[in-house]
Formats: sequence, structure tokens, C-alpha cells
Amino acid sequence: MTGVPVSWFLTLSAVLFVLGVCGFLFRRNIITVFMSIELMLNAVNLTFITFSYQLKQVNGHLFAFFVMVVAAAEAAVGLAIILTVFKNRNTLNIDEVNSMKN
Amino acid sequence: MQLWLIPILPLAGFVINGVFGRRFSKGLVGSVAIGSVVLAFAWALRVILALGDLNTPHVEHYFTWIQSGIVNIGCDFAVDRLTAVMLMVVTGIGSLIHIYATGYMAHEHGPNFGGYYRFFAYLNLFMFFMLTLVLAANYLVLFVGWEGVGLCSYLLIGFYFDKKFATNAGNKAFIVNRIGDFGFSLAMFLILINFKSLDFGTVFGQTAGASPTVLTTIGLLLLVGACGKSAQLPLYVWLPDAMAGPTPVSALIHAATMVTAGVYMCARSFPIYAHAPDALHAIALIGIVTACFAASIGLAQNDIKKVFAYSTVSQLGYMFVGVGCGAYSAGIFHLMTHAFFKALLFLGSGSVIHALSGEQDMRNMGGLRSKIPWTFGTMMCAALAISGFPFTSGFFSKDSILIAAYSYAPWMYWVGVITAGMTAFYVFRAMFMTFFGTYRGHEHPHESPPVMYLPLVVLAALSLGGGFIPIPEFLKQFFPPSPIEENFTLMAISVAFGLGGIGLAYVMYVLKPGMADSLAGSVKGLYTLVYNKYFVDEIYDAAVVRPLVSGSRTVLWKTLDAGLIDGIVNGVGTMSRSVGSLLRLPQSGNIRSYASWVLLGSVIVIVTVVGILGGVK
Repeated sequence: MTGVPVSWFLTLSAVLFVLGVCGFLFRRNIITVFMSIELMLNAVNLTFITFSYQLKQVNGHLFAFFVMVVAAAEAAVGLAIILTVFKNRNTLNIDEVNSMKN
Repeated sequence: MQLWLIPILPLAGFVINGVFGRRFSKGLVGSVAIGSVVLAFAWALRVILALGDLNTPHVEHYFTWIQSGIVNIGCDFAVDRLTAVMLMVVTGIGSLIHIYATGYMAHEHGPNFGGYYRFFAYLNLFMFFMLTLVLAANYLVLFVGWEGVGLCSYLLIGFYFDKKFATNAGNKAFIVNRIGDFGFSLAMFLILINFKSLDFGTVFGQTAGASPTVLTTIGLLLLVGACGKSAQLPLYVWLPDAMAGPTPVSALIHAATMVTAGVYMCARSFPIYAHAPDALHAIALIGIVTACFAASIGLAQNDIKKVFAYSTVSQLGYMFVGVGCGAYSAGIFHLMTHAFFKALLFLGSGSVIHALSGEQDMRNMGGLRSKIPWTFGTMMCAALAISGFPFTSGFFSKDSILIAAYSYAPWMYWVGVITAGMTAFYVFRAMFMTFFGTYRGHEHPHESPPVMYLPLVVLAALSLGGGFIPIPEFLKQFFPPSPIEENFTLMAISVAFGLGGIGLAYVMYVLKPGMADSLAGSVKGLYTLVYNKYFVDEIYDAAVVRPLVSGSRTVLWKTLDAGLIDGIVNGVGTMSRSVGSLLRLPQSGNIRSYASWVLLGSVIVIVTVVGILGGVK
């Protein structure tokens, strides 16, 4: 691979993943948390693709597609849940959705 | 011959009365109870007559009860001459006492108004177990009956279970008997190990070749069992207290039948004792000491039933002397005659108590001779018999024991004769205090109904004439020959002692009524000792009961149970809780804190893996 070295891809992937983690941990809004999860998934996808490209193997691509399929399904279910939660509670603050506790 | 019918009939009576008795009338309950026992008597009589001379035991095997390794125990019944005598005594006396009890208990409701049918159900259950005991053809079936009669004894002593003293007496009888039964169980284990069987026939066939040490040990352990059941020293203490039960129970269980089970068992085991002279000697020794000891206590008791209770202990001692001296048939003979006259004495005293509406203290009696003539007349027959008055039943049986004792060890004869004098004295003391002099009580005495005094009349006839039933002849072939020869000098001496006792009682309680008290005052220490039964109960209480109770309380309960076991259980609980409260902290329910934990964990894993892999490289 010429030009862009692998480490840059990996660094970008790591930065995106950490951003996702931070968003997941520190944001209160459910939609933001949800988007952070998508961000982490895609950071991982980027890692897969990087190695797949470097090692000239198709496995990484396959995994990336799997992750995208799961993420799409998850997004559909997750958004439906979020809509229902919002309808029932008029809030998207994650700390207020705690009726299972206590 | 359908031997099983004999015990099953009273069992059926027990079941019917026990289950349906609450709805039955008193007459029906009584008919079922009496009917079942009388039928058992009739069937037993038929069986014995049909079996002819009974020179060899007639054994019936019903089913194999226990089959495991060398242990092969069947549910077997057998009839031989000894069993035949016991069957007649148990069912005969049992029938009479059942009839009597329908009169005695007529006003009885008992606690919770279940008294009448409950009483007869227990009495029938007792008959079932007693008949199982005498019919048994091996030690284990005998033991079933043995324990069963103990259970019924406990139930009937504690019949008035709303009275503290009655339940205490029941417990005492049961617990003291446990000590004896422990010995009996050990004896059975030894027999099983050494002879590979518990069948009487098999075991007794092997005794000739067995080691004398083993046989002596077995004999002594059986004796421990017999001492518990037959109220011999040192386990006699339960019997006087057992008088807390209704009087027919005292007559049937604690005088005529159950307490003689020990004598029966020792006599039954004679082939073991024949090769264990030391054990036999122990039987004779315990018997003579008990006879003398209990008779001396009987001298100073004021409760009419207590007098006869100690008399029973004393007479059982005589039977043990008979068995221990090798005069088994004399012991069994005395067992039978004693069943006649002691049952009569108890039933008579029950009739007196019934007449006086529950009064038992002889100091509140007196002059009852003319008021309850039937009771007086019949009890007098029994009193003469127990005193060994010539040609009454007690005369024959006691003399054959005493003569056997003389040829065994002359000192035993003399102790026995002195005891006979004491026996005559205390029995006639009771008779004179009850029936002679002037009436000292406040109740209005009334004669008992015929249903009560007719059994007394039958028993009186047996007490007087029972000595002519040729039991020693009948049992002669069954037992090894004993060296009993007629000896008129010895006989005359014992009769003289008996008459002397009667005369002394007459002088002290009829001619000069103040004499007894002044005599008691002049030997105050001795009188107090005897009056308080040598303080044996107090000694046992201090030596055995209190240490056991306080040991159980402090060591077993407070230390072991509450301290150790509860400590372990509670400690496990406390530890789980404290660990749980620590583990509860991370589980906050906050999703993001979980995510943080996951992050932290994965960082640690990655750092570790990379560090190790890097280190390997």
C-alpha cells in the first residue's frame, strides 16, 4: 500500500471509537447515545476494512457487511424503541428512563 | 391352628373402638372391648385343647419379615406349654378385668370427654401386644410385643393427661424402661451375631456349644431388660408411680400381665441361662434383694394402691428368685397365682376407691367391712393367698419358690421367709386399716355394681383354689428338672412367718390402734427412711436426672446447639449478607456506569494481552 500508511487508518479508527465511547458515556440524550454506538460500530468497520485491504483477504469485508446489517437492524429496532419511549414519557433524557430500577 | 386370630381379635377391638368409639354408646364400646378379649380367650382355649399334650412347640410361620444377609427373621408364632400357661393367664385375667373396667369406668369421661372409648381402645391394644409377646417364636417378635406393651402402659398411666403427675409418671415409666430395653437390644444383637438367628428353637439348640462368656453376657443383658420391664432393682422406680393410671390398668398391666413379661422372658430363655450359672445367680440375687427391699417399703405406705404396688415389686422379686434358683416352673407358677391374687387386690382396692369416690389414703378409710361386704370378702381371699395361708394359691407357689431357694442357698430362704412375714404384715395392715375399726372418712361408701364384684368373686375363687391347678406338673417336661423336694419343716416355718405377720398386723391395727404410731415414733429415723421409700427417687434425681438435665441445658443446648450449630448457620447467613452488600455497590442500575466498567475491563484486558504478547516477543 502506497501513500497513506496503515497506522493512519488505525489511528483514525481509534479516535472515532474513543469519540463514540465518550459520547456514550457522557451524553444524556438517547439519540446522541444511539449515534455514538453507530460511531463505534463504524470505527470497528474501518479497522476491519483496513486489515482486510492490507492482508488482501476478503474476511474483513465480510465482517464489515455483517456489522452493517446488524447495525441497520439495530437502528430500526432502536429508533422504534426511542419513539415509543418519547411518546410515553415526553423525555429523551436517559437518566429518567429508569423505571426498572428499584 | 390360626394362632394369629388370638392377638388379632383384640387388635380389631382396638381399631373399632379407636376409630368409631366416639360415636358409640358406652354399652357398645364395652361390648366390643369385652367381646374381643373373651373371643381371644375362647380361641386360645380351643387352640390349646386342640393341640393336645404340647410336648413339642407348635410353630406357625406367616411371612418373612426381614431378609438381609445373615438376618432372616420371620413373623412366627408358637405355642408350647409355657406359652399355653401365659395365654390362659393373659386372656383369662384380661377378660375379667375388661368386664370389671366397664363398671369401674362407667362414670368416666376423662379429659376431653373421650375417656371411655379411649380407655378401652388402649386396653385392647395392650392385649394385642401382650399376646404377641407371649406367642412370639423369636426374640424380635417378642420385642415388638415388649415395646408395644410398654407403649400401652405409657398411654394408660398417662390416661388422665390433664394431670401433671399422671403424665410425669407415664414419662418416668417409659424412660426407665428404655434403659432396660437398651440391654435387651444389646442381648439380641449378641444373639444374632453368635447364633445367626433370633428364633427360639434355633438359638436354644446351639447354646450347648457356645462360649460361656458370651452366654453369660447375653443372660445378664436380658436380665437388664427384664429388670426394666418387671420393675426389679435398680429399675423398679417407675412401677409405684405407675399407679397414677386407672385401677383396672394397675391390675391388668402393672400387676398381672405386663410386669411379668420379664419373668416370662427369663424363663423362656432358660437354655441360655442353663449354661450361664453366673447370670442365673444374678437373677436370684436381684430377685431376693428386690423382694425384701420393696416389701419393707410397703410396710409404711398409706396410699392403698402404693402398698400393693410395692407388693407387686416384691412378689416379682420372688418370681425372679424362683427362676434364678433354677425352679422355673415355680417362678411361672407364682406368676400365675400372683396374677390371680394381685389382680384381685388391685381390683378390690379399685372397688374401695370407687366406693369412696376417689379416696386412696387408708388413713381416711376404716370400718368398710359391713358397707362393702363383697369387696371385703373377696379381698380377704386375696390377702390370705398372698400371705401364704395354707392351701391358698399363694401358699403353694411361694413355698415351692422358697424350698427351691433353700436348696440353692439357705440364706435366700431365710430372707424370703422374712419377706413373706413382711408381706403378710403389710397386706393385712392395709386390710385392717381399710375394713376394720371405725370409718374415718367423709364420703358415703356404696357397694360396687355386680359387673364389678362378679369378676372379684371369680378371682377370689382362683386365688383360693388356684394352687390346685397342676402348673408345676404341666411344666415339668418343659423346663430342666429342679431339685424341689417336699420339706414340711421349711413349709411350716414360712407359714408361721406369714401367720405371725397377720397376727402382728391384727395386734397393731385392730387391738391397739395407737401402737403403730408409738412404734413409728420410737424408731423415727428408720420410719422416716422407709416412709420416704429410702429416698431412692431423690437419689436418682440427684445422681442421674439433674446432671443429665443440667448437662443437656448447659453443654448440649447452650454451648453446642445455640453456640456452635446456630453460630455456624447464622455465620453463613451474615457472611453472605456482608459479601452481598459489597457486591451490590457496582450494580447501580445506571447503564453508563456499566459501560464504564466494560470499558475499564476491556482496557485492562487489552493492556494485559499486549503486555504479555510484547513480553513474549
